[in-house]
Amino acid sequence: MVLRLCHLYPDLLNLYGDRGNILTLTHRARARGIAVEVTEVPVGRPLGDPRHYDLFFLGGGEDRQQALAAADLAGEKGEALRAAAADDAVVLAVCGGYQLLGHYYRPAEGPDLPGVGLLDVTTHHPGPGARRLIGNIVVRWADGPHPRATLVGFENHGGRTRLGPQARPLGRVVVGFGNNGEDRTEGAVQGTVVGTYLHGPLLPKNPAFADHLLARALARRYGPVALAPLDDAVEEAAHRAAVRLAGAARAWR
Amino acid sequence: MSTKDSARDSDTRQAGSLRLAAGILAGRASASLIRAARAGGATTVPGRVARFLIPDLLPRLARRLRHGVILVTGTNGKTTTARLVSALLAAAGHRPIHNRAGANLPAGIAAALVGGAGVDGRLQGDVGVFEVDEAALPGVAEAVRPRAVVLGNLFRDQLDRYGEVDLVAARWRRALDALGGATTVLYNADDPLVADVARGRTPSRTFGVDDPDLRPGAVLEHAADARYCYRCGVPYVYRTVTLGHLGDYRCPRCGVARPALEAAARAVRLAGVEGSSFTLASGGMALALRTMLPGLYNVYNVTAAVATALWAGVPPEVVAPTVAAFAPAFGRGERLHLDGHPVHLLLAKNPAGFNEVLRTVLADARPLVAVIAINDLAADGQDISWLWDVDFELLREAARLVVATGRRREDLAVRLKYAGLVPGTVVVEADEGRALVRGLAALDPGQPLYVIPTYTALLRLRGLLTRRGLVRGFWEA
Repeated sequence: MVLRLCHLYPDLLNLYGDRGNILTLTHRARARGIAVEVTEVPVGRPLGDPRHYDLFFLGGGEDRQQALAAADLAGEKGEALRAAAADDAVVLAVCGGYQLLGHYYRPAEGPDLPGVGLLDVTTHHPGPGARRLIGNIVVRWADGPHPRATLVGFENHGGRTRLGPQARPLGRVVVGFGNNGEDRTEGAVQGTVVGTYLHGPLLPKNPAFADHLLARALARRYGPVALAPLDDAVEEAAHRAAVRLAGAARAWR
Repeated sequence: MSTKDSARDSDTRQAGSLRLAAGILAGRASASLIRAARAGGATTVPGRVARFLIPDLLPRLARRLRHGVILVTGTNGKTTTARLVSALLAAAGHRPIHNRAGANLPAGIAAALVGGAGVDGRLQGDVGVFEVDEAALPGVAEAVRPRAVVLGNLFRDQLDRYGEVDLVAARWRRALDALGGATTVLYNADDPLVADVARGRTPSRTFGVDDPDLRPGAVLEHAADARYCYRCGVPYVYRTVTLGHLGDYRCPRCGVARPALEAAARAVRLAGVEGSSFTLASGGMALALRTMLPGLYNVYNVTAAVATALWAGVPPEVVAPTVAAFAPAFGRGERLHLDGHPVHLLLAKNPAGFNEVLRTVLADARPLVAVIAINDLAADGQDISWLWDVDFELLREAARLVVATGRRREDLAVRLKYAGLVPGTVVVEADEGRALVRGLAALDPGQPLYVIPTYTALLRLRGLLTRRGLVRGFWEA
């Protein structure tokens, strides 16, 4: 069994330790005896046959980098991503990458950045003076293994994202801002495409979510896969600590 | 002007001086109270008190400095660079006023000025040397109208506080635009982002490291922040990479490249935590320098400080001895002794700096024992995602024991696990004191312990060591 990962724009969209997600997927697959092949696809390089990959990852970037990625995605790569998603490949995008999977991103200044349209979401920046939504975030995970399952991370975004009818939230905000700081939703799920503002190393501290994506990515090629449990004591401790620290921060506000 | 008017004017002036004296007295009194109560270093409160009473205290006191003000900013190295600039000016016979405790927001700078002023408002110094927080630069520069601004580097740091590196660069650009030609900009030409802010400004001076043998191969690390030409969006081509995104770069499309170095560190020899030696070439001179400050990042700091001192007219012959005698600042490579072991305190607060610290401690060939303390308070940066950009993989073979402590110790433990450290070589310890004890217990006789904390973790660890009488309070350091 081979897991084929495509890391899109590792050079451009890697603002917050995004490679932690690639390291986690790689480590957790190999621990189950699954071989992993990671292909880095920078700006300007064609993606090739989208069916080759089981999982695509896009990280976050500053406005300037995000604009370069948006321009690149408007060509062959966007087409390939849409074909891959239609074929049930998993796409995970965080932060700026999440915004680019929607219909468009309207920045504080300058023209709209066109999105890939894989998620029925739109993002508007309320203007250069608007406050950024920054801080520890805890989300009740909609598709979690049990009703109280949480996702933990850190968010830092100026854009406010709103979901259309085709997308559903990844979860509901317990602590933090989420998609827009108003409707308590966080992230978006549409088929096998997931976008979230929990940026950077999201998967290391959310091992159940990492396995959820891994299982979906493998299922397309190999049918239902039972992933053997791993010793996640270190990861679970970090998850619990993140919930505790985010809660303490809220009590301070 | 009538006599009455001029009398009123003189009254106003006198009232102003009285108010200034009252503000300074109040600030100094608050400092004495804080010290008497042993409440800390009294490094900002006096400034806040005085500034509350005299809102324009900063410009009023700054313009009384005969030789003006030098501001030092950048993500990494401000404290060390500013301290060394101050030491070099003092060695040349100046009397610098300097925020040596590292309080680098306007209140901290005001506190330094209040501390250096008599009650009559007369300053006991003739030149100001202030490190300034990178986001506070515009406000401080506007207030003190510096003669020189030293721009060190712009690394990804505390993004939760400032948003984005580009935003900080834009603020610097506006600050320099507002200053005009009376201010000299001394800048690190090896940092493409900094060079883009300062390029072409007059007057300006460049400094950097010019040593192609230092790090063979031009491979950017994960921590690199400015890989793309600001104008063209294409990747820079590097002839050499020194650290992070610093190096000798060129845009293959528009041809923008590292500016020529007016002060260049050459023939750099790094000796781990013991320091380094190099030749500083500047204006036809070649100064052989030796420093006990560890790591390549300190070669940059020394180069920046010496370039600034030479610009300010410090005689070259006092430079080398002053640099050689200069001890590390609070927690920046400080050495102490504990139970017969050398203990090295190495502040690390962002990926580029952390990688340098790791390379520096790995110069020691013995199996590494380290205490790494990660906090996520405001002064550290609340987002610890950057741990995944640090090349902890470097420790895979070398680590005998890493004790993870601090508020985000569990995050560090996950990172070290995924970096491939052998299970059992990483232990998590909530209590910082016990973390030190566990590290010490794992050492061979005489072997050094490396303590690598973020900023507030450094304060805590150093507090523990201070209570054991091993180091002085940081405001005295």
